[in-house]
Amino acid sequence: MISLASWTQAAALLFDPYVLAVIFVSALYGLAVGAIPGLTATMATALLVPVTFFMAPVPAVAAIVTASAMAIFAGDIPGALLRIPGTPASAAYTDEAYAMTCKGQAELALGAGLVFSVVGGLFGTAVMILFAPTLADVALRFSSFEYFWLVVLGLASAIFIGNASPLKAGISLLLGLLVACVGMENPAAQPRFTLGVADLMGGIDLIPVMVGMFAISELLRFVVNTDPPLKVVTQRIGNVFAGMGGLLSRYRWALLRGNLIGVVVGIAPGSGSDMAAWLSYAASKKFSREPEKFGTGHVEGIVEAGAANNSALAGAWIPALVFGIPGDSITAIAIGVLYLKNMNPGPTMFTDNPQNIAAIFLVFILANLLMLPLGWLAIKVAAKVLKVSRAALMPVILLFCITGSFASNNAVFGVTLMVAFGLVAFLMEENGLPVAPVILGLVLGPMLETNFVTSMIKSDGDPFVFFTRPIAMWLAAGTCLILLWPVLSWAVSKIVLRQTHANNHAPPPSNPP
Amino acid sequence: MKLSDAVLGLLLLALSAAVPIASRGFHAVPGQNIGPGAFPQLVASLLAFCAVLLMLRAARSGQLRPWLLPGAWLRLAPQRRAFVVCVGGMLLYVGLSDRMGFIPCGVALLLALGLALRQPWQRVVPQALLAPLVIHTIFYKGLKVPLPWGLLSGVAW
Repeated sequence: MISLASWTQAAALLFDPYVLAVIFVSALYGLAVGAIPGLTATMATALLVPVTFFMAPVPAVAAIVTASAMAIFAGDIPGALLRIPGTPASAAYTDEAYAMTCKGQAELALGAGLVFSVVGGLFGTAVMILFAPTLADVALRFSSFEYFWLVVLGLASAIFIGNASPLKAGISLLLGLLVACVGMENPAAQPRFTLGVADLMGGIDLIPVMVGMFAISELLRFVVNTDPPLKVVTQRIGNVFAGMGGLLSRYRWALLRGNLIGVVVGIAPGSGSDMAAWLSYAASKKFSREPEKFGTGHVEGIVEAGAANNSALAGAWIPALVFGIPGDSITAIAIGVLYLKNMNPGPTMFTDNPQNIAAIFLVFILANLLMLPLGWLAIKVAAKVLKVSRAALMPVILLFCITGSFASNNAVFGVTLMVAFGLVAFLMEENGLPVAPVILGLVLGPMLETNFVTSMIKSDGDPFVFFTRPIAMWLAAGTCLILLWPVLSWAVSKIVLRQTHANNHAPPPSNPP
Repeated sequence: MKLSDAVLGLLLLALSAAVPIASRGFHAVPGQNIGPGAFPQLVASLLAFCAVLLMLRAARSGQLRPWLLPGAWLRLAPQRRAFVVCVGGMLLYVGLSDRMGFIPCGVALLLALGLALRQPWQRVVPQALLAPLVIHTIFYKGLKVPLPWGLLSGVAW
């Protein structure tokens, strides 16, 4: 449990004018990026990383948390007004929100998105505050064997919980693990796959890779886009808070379910806000008393899924802080920032620096509370923000990407990496290979290798020890189940099919004489 | 630009075959039964397995051809031009920024990309002149990033 003294220290760290200014500016930045279609919350976070270099640890993390939370909410705005989700996390209920706008209920759709995003964010934060320290206590007892399985479990979940084909997601993940092998950052400190390039001795720098894979690839997709330009709906938006109390009491169970789905999906490594929104929207429709109204401009799905995507954001931070395993691509970037700031995530952070953990919790609360007034403001100026031409913004974003990648090591090699990985990500997405698993592989690769090698040395080369320790055994069973799931489900469906076939072709029972 | 899954699998197989070849020179750590090449080779063998599965899947579904399907944008001159300007501009920045400097390179990049994206020159020119100056001030003055001055080193401020 985090002591009162740590909370007081954290409050002192956070309620500093500089930190509050960082939070405010990051909030505006997150809202703007999230509201512009095509610029994702992940891109907002990746572009922010180079700027956080120059900040103390607490404001750096505060900037990342605030910008990502705001961007996830702001994605609802173009969804409701243009039928184009600002971020993938809003895609699940974009049609519903747009249908409400067409019915003249834009303020209700946007108000529900805002208010229930705040509720979801606060719920996720509460779960994080309650469970992360307890989980950290358990994690203190873990050795390299348990960590090895935890990382494999995280990577396995990343393959199967996603929209891409599991085989292609697996290939992306393995490519990320191979990229993580470059350089000297391995247990033997042997320079590997550096091709004689001195800049690669220290390994592949995560920041230019992330800027390249998330921002440059998006920019390239934009310049080759053949779709017609967006048409902006200019509509006067009334009081977005009207009727929220009624929705809260009417859909309280749906809201609770959305919050829970969000947190659980967020905690599962590899799946983030977008998956949480899709799952909870589907659950909302399944359990609704009025499922026939879904798709015609019904607010229930927005209440549930809007809460789920923001509670997933906080949920994803639980494995990130406790085990150093990212819950989604945003936390993968955040973990990179934590390492850069010497706030190495893991259970020891809860015992050695509890004030930093408490500060992260407080940032989540503050960012979610700040979302209410700033989100209201963003909705009010939405029509103007949406008129900003992406073609005018993209060249400036490119220059920011170049500067940010250069700043990671003050060397133009960072820009070279950014271009190379940007092109690779562009080609990967054209070929159905998802990008997020590459980043997970890159972040978790060194951790996986270190725990694998350490365990093998400890066990004198005997791989069976991975399966014999009590917690490791359960983690191994869970991982194997996830990895073998497609084979199992295929076998079950084959058996069922064969049985049905046999029943259909069985001779009819003969009538008794 | 979409490759068929069979070709993609073949490329991935080649990559996974290159890993053990590149790992041959790694020295084993004395007293340890697991060397620095073990982990990359394990990953490479899993990648080879996935590549073979991808090729088998393509063969079973009969989707071996076309080997390469060019995207719709490759047939459209404006999109093609914007792509070349964007990638070429970044590569030129890598090659020339030390000699030319951040600001001149930034101005040239923004001008070229803005015009390639068919933006009106009345917007492109002021943006190309102002944005590099603003970004330079934020990063060079504010964040102390040593962006190269290049041609402007005589008038560095």
